[in-house]
Amino acid sequence: MMFTPIELASSAILLFLFLGVFSFLLSWNQRVMIDICFSLAAIASFLGFAAGAWTVANGGTEKIVLLLGLPDLPFHLRLDPLAGFFLTVIGLLSFFVSVYSIGYVRGFIGKRSVTSLVIFYCLFIAGMFMVVMADDALIFLISWEIMAAASYFLVLFEHERIENRRAAFLYLVVAHVGAIAILLSFGLMAGLATGFKDFSGYTFDAMRATQFPVDWATAAFLLAFFGFAAKAGIVPLHVWLPEAHPVAPSNVSALMSGVMLKTAIYGIIRVTFDLIKVFPWWWGALVLVLGLISAVMGVLYALMQHDLKRLLAYHSVENIGIILIGLGLAMIFTSFKLPLLAALALIAGLYHTMNHAVFKGLLFMGAGAVLHATHERNMEEMGGLIHQMPWTAALFLVGCVSISALPPFNGFVSEWLTYQAFLLSPALPSPLLKLLIPLGAALLALTGALAAACFVKAFGVTFLGHWRGHHNPEVHEANWPMRLGMIMAALTCLGLGILPTMFIGWMDILAEQLVGTKIGTSAGAYGWMWLTPVAPERASYSGIIVFLGILAVVVSAYLILHIRPGKIHRVPIWDCGFEKINQRMQYNATSFSMPIRRIFGFFFSIREQVRVGSLSGHAAFPKRLHYYLRIRDRFWGWLYKPIAVSSFWIARKVGRLQQGRIQAYLIYSFITIIVLLVFL
Amino acid sequence: MTIQFAAQIIGFLAALVLLTAFGMLVQRRMTGLIHLFTWQGLFLSISTAVVGFVAGQRHLYISSLLTLSLKVILLPYILHVLVRRLRIQREIETVVNVPLTMLIGVALVIFSYHLTAPVRELSTLVTRSVLAIALATVMIGLLMMITRRHAVTQIIGFLAMENGLFFAATSATYGMPLVVELGVALDILIAAFIFGIFFFHIHTTFDSLDVEQMAKLKEGD
Amino acid sequence: MNIYPFVIEILQFLVLLGAAPVFAGWVKMLKCWSQGRSSPGLFQPYRDIIKLFSKDLVLAENASWIFRFTPYLVFGATLLAGGIIPILSTDLPLAATADVIVLVALFAIARFFTALSGMDIGTAFGGMGSSREMTIASLAEPAMLMAIFTISLASKSTSLSQMVQVVYSGQSVLRPSIAFALLAFVLIVLAETGRIPVDNPATHLELTMIHEAMILEYSGRHLALIEWAGMMKLFLFIMFGIAAFFPWGIAAWGDLYAIPFAFLFMLLKLGIAGVSLVLIETGLAKMRLFRLTEFLGSAFLLATLGMLSYFILE
Repeated sequence: MMFTPIELASSAILLFLFLGVFSFLLSWNQRVMIDICFSLAAIASFLGFAAGAWTVANGGTEKIVLLLGLPDLPFHLRLDPLAGFFLTVIGLLSFFVSVYSIGYVRGFIGKRSVTSLVIFYCLFIAGMFMVVMADDALIFLISWEIMAAASYFLVLFEHERIENRRAAFLYLVVAHVGAIAILLSFGLMAGLATGFKDFSGYTFDAMRATQFPVDWATAAFLLAFFGFAAKAGIVPLHVWLPEAHPVAPSNVSALMSGVMLKTAIYGIIRVTFDLIKVFPWWWGALVLVLGLISAVMGVLYALMQHDLKRLLAYHSVENIGIILIGLGLAMIFTSFKLPLLAALALIAGLYHTMNHAVFKGLLFMGAGAVLHATHERNMEEMGGLIHQMPWTAALFLVGCVSISALPPFNGFVSEWLTYQAFLLSPALPSPLLKLLIPLGAALLALTGALAAACFVKAFGVTFLGHWRGHHNPEVHEANWPMRLGMIMAALTCLGLGILPTMFIGWMDILAEQLVGTKIGTSAGAYGWMWLTPVAPERASYSGIIVFLGILAVVVSAYLILHIRPGKIHRVPIWDCGFEKINQRMQYNATSFSMPIRRIFGFFFSIREQVRVGSLSGHAAFPKRLHYYLRIRDRFWGWLYKPIAVSSFWIARKVGRLQQGRIQAYLIYSFITIIVLLVFL
Repeated sequence: MTIQFAAQIIGFLAALVLLTAFGMLVQRRMTGLIHLFTWQGLFLSISTAVVGFVAGQRHLYISSLLTLSLKVILLPYILHVLVRRLRIQREIETVVNVPLTMLIGVALVIFSYHLTAPVRELSTLVTRSVLAIALATVMIGLLMMITRRHAVTQIIGFLAMENGLFFAATSATYGMPLVVELGVALDILIAAFIFGIFFFHIHTTFDSLDVEQMAKLKEGD
Repeated sequence: MNIYPFVIEILQFLVLLGAAPVFAGWVKMLKCWSQGRSSPGLFQPYRDIIKLFSKDLVLAENASWIFRFTPYLVFGATLLAGGIIPILSTDLPLAATADVIVLVALFAIARFFTALSGMDIGTAFGGMGSSREMTIASLAEPAMLMAIFTISLASKSTSLSQMVQVVYSGQSVLRPSIAFALLAFVLIVLAETGRIPVDNPATHLELTMIHEAMILEYSGRHLALIEWAGMMKLFLFIMFGIAAFFPWGIAAWGDLYAIPFAFLFMLLKLGIAGVSLVLIETGLAKMRLFRLTEFLGSAFLLATLGMLSYFILE
């Protein structure tokens, strides 16, 4: 091959940057601009994907030192298997979404200019590529900023509405608080690498080579974890996610939920396993606990929603929690020097990263198609769309089945691996951990079951039944580029589900580099069809046989029963003989989740009121009832409001410095000069 | 019987004691509570007898008989009479809801396991692993006293605590000196009588045995 | 290649298909006797299924492909689950395909699609059944997983065949962890298969239905497949319990001549299981939906106690 992987990746980045800067030249014809720019973006994504996949496959590491950068502090880029894995994830989903965008963004033509969407879309992906390839603190933070800023402008795309502006502002604030924490963490590590003497510690190589003393390492880890948690949407820093993801255009939401959150996961893995390397067990316990809390709270929040995109955004919180569970277990096992178990947990977490990117992208793309067709985000106004949008419905169903962790799709494989990692916890020497970790497994089971309930609700209310809205919709099916993007994602979901051994075999080099061993030898011990992570007697799963088995039974049952088919009568709904049924009598999202709301509602502050509207005659026969439901996230009141109030208070106090009179300012300058003269 | 088999039986009985403790924690009906208390006493006395047999400590047989007569026959009878005389309703309210109580109970078991780890290292007795269960029973009894609003339930919680202490004594040191045992047994009996008298008094004053009502006794308001 | 495991597997499928309706009939018979009625006979479920297969389909006008596909999928998933649980022998080629967690997930697929088809027609009853079913499932999952975890601690494996082997070769019978897990499992089986006190399988009042409400609109061969799958699900859960807790009699690896004895043992154990199920069902009353939190919470508690007592006492 003439090209090396890092050259491929760099060319992808350059192509994106080029598109980002020059696409406005085509803006005189929006349709042409969309077609050309998104097609080129798809090609660039594919290059990134190929570069990443190739790197992981051959396990090599390559570096480039760029000529750009500050004087004496050039930028370093590095493509090692960890970066390659995340490059694969980002590139793959960007490829699907770019193809999808060709069809989706057409819907905005005539209503507003899409030039800014195209420009910032390309810059966004370029930023993400650069983040995972960054090899020193400077270029990492610069790319992080590019990513955050580009996504801010993307979220602000429909900026006339005040909720969108507020959501984007919230997003920006939380992202920057996180960025400051990351900056401090890197600064700490860079300083420790050189003993706080000079700036040369800013490269990751220098940080890798240092042995950090435990307290400094803890401080650096906590800062970095806080910063990346803010980006990843971990409870309690999750509040921006359900505000920002729904208001962005759906292709952008797909990317944000699918891959931008993963860059934060990349950051956590890079800092913990690669730069710090040696850590006490309670770091892993912290990550595990936060992951469990995010998973359970995320899915409970999602169950309360009736806005389709907000529901999906909360599910991202849940799935990031599940990824953190895998990472936390890997960290605990590593700190107890159990490399094989750590490898299993790490592979589980990384597998879920890839899975979530693909199925969340698919779900958001489907939601975008529904939004595009009905101009409605509220599920309770929809219904029966399966008849008018059969492709979208079927592909969205694939996404729903995958995220509910049902075999033979991909979500199940990563959850299964996570359960296996949990079930191995009796090997830990600490008795307290041995007792508490299985409770975490039970919480994960609760999350999985609640997620399935939530997606029955989401799919059922949106696509099944009758149209619940008030006016008659003219709903059309999604156009071909949109369908193509979704089809590719759905096929990937199926592929990742039935061929896990191949994927793990490809991914294994990561486990070796980060925790020390591969699981590939035991994972494929039975042959390529069976996944046996620890040992064949211990547990085994064959996705492809489950898939083929169910298919075989379904097909044979169908054929046997259709030897003598008999007639099919299409009749009005039976409903136990109740004749006056109308579409308002169906279950909608709020009623579906009512039992769960009653049982788990103590997590939220819920106010539910039923008022009798108008009476006709006797009080026992009201003509109209008003139902009022308000569900609020408790974290607003506990965490965010106090912080906002206290920061305004501090700002007011400090604001006293602004006297408005020139003498005061001259006094300030005078005092400063004297202080500097004394101390320097 | 061999030591291993005896250890298994004792372990099994310990698990049943813990199960009855949790059962009492979540049981709503008064008669059911008293039945569970009876079973707990029965398991306790059988366990003491087995330990006595295996360790060759004959005074444990007497302890076992004492427990049997007191906790399985006499005290439940007194409690049944009390319940019938006072015509107590069967459903009792709890301060905290049931699932949360169960979770706290589980946390207490894990906590006592963690706490008794150093004792487990040092002890050479066949019943050493049972100490964690005994300590958990004591704490669950205390939890029961905290989370219930009915006075009779609180007494049963107190008695459950005493059960746990007795169990702990058996498992940590093969029982207390017989004099101490007899003294404690007598104290429990007297306490039960006194409680009975007090309950009648409270009932006539407040017309209910809900301890929330007794909050009216405080001075300020 | 050794052909016998495949023969055993096919035999097991046939036993599953044939014995599940008989077990359902046995339970019905015992229930009738205990209530002083005369029963419709042991083989009535067969007659019901055959009658349904011979009838025409009546579909609502807006039934989608999901409604029509679900009965086949449910039947397929349940049948595949039957190929994994050791009923007659542990020598199953499909046992390596799936372990206990996959087994739970196969039933979850069936439930997911049944819930979707409940919402498909757009009636209030269907939505109600789906909503309640998914809620109960989400409460039962943690308990189920904890029970599986406790069972797998002793055998250090989640593969069912392996678990049976270990219990065979193991010495101790008096393990409190297994006893707790058994109690928890009984409660979970009642919840998952929709028996009293969770759901009344014989009710005809729609507002008290959970599982039945989701399949109200089905008819003809679709209904036959779903009913059959329901009977198989009950059968399989009982067989799972027997395999995990009372596996004596199941033929071991490569032991062909024990298969007829295994079949007789299976019938005996099923008979006893039927009796205990009917005792529980007749002795308890159906619980309010919101009391089920406590019911399943107790199951979770028992399973957790089992796990704790494994570490503390064993």
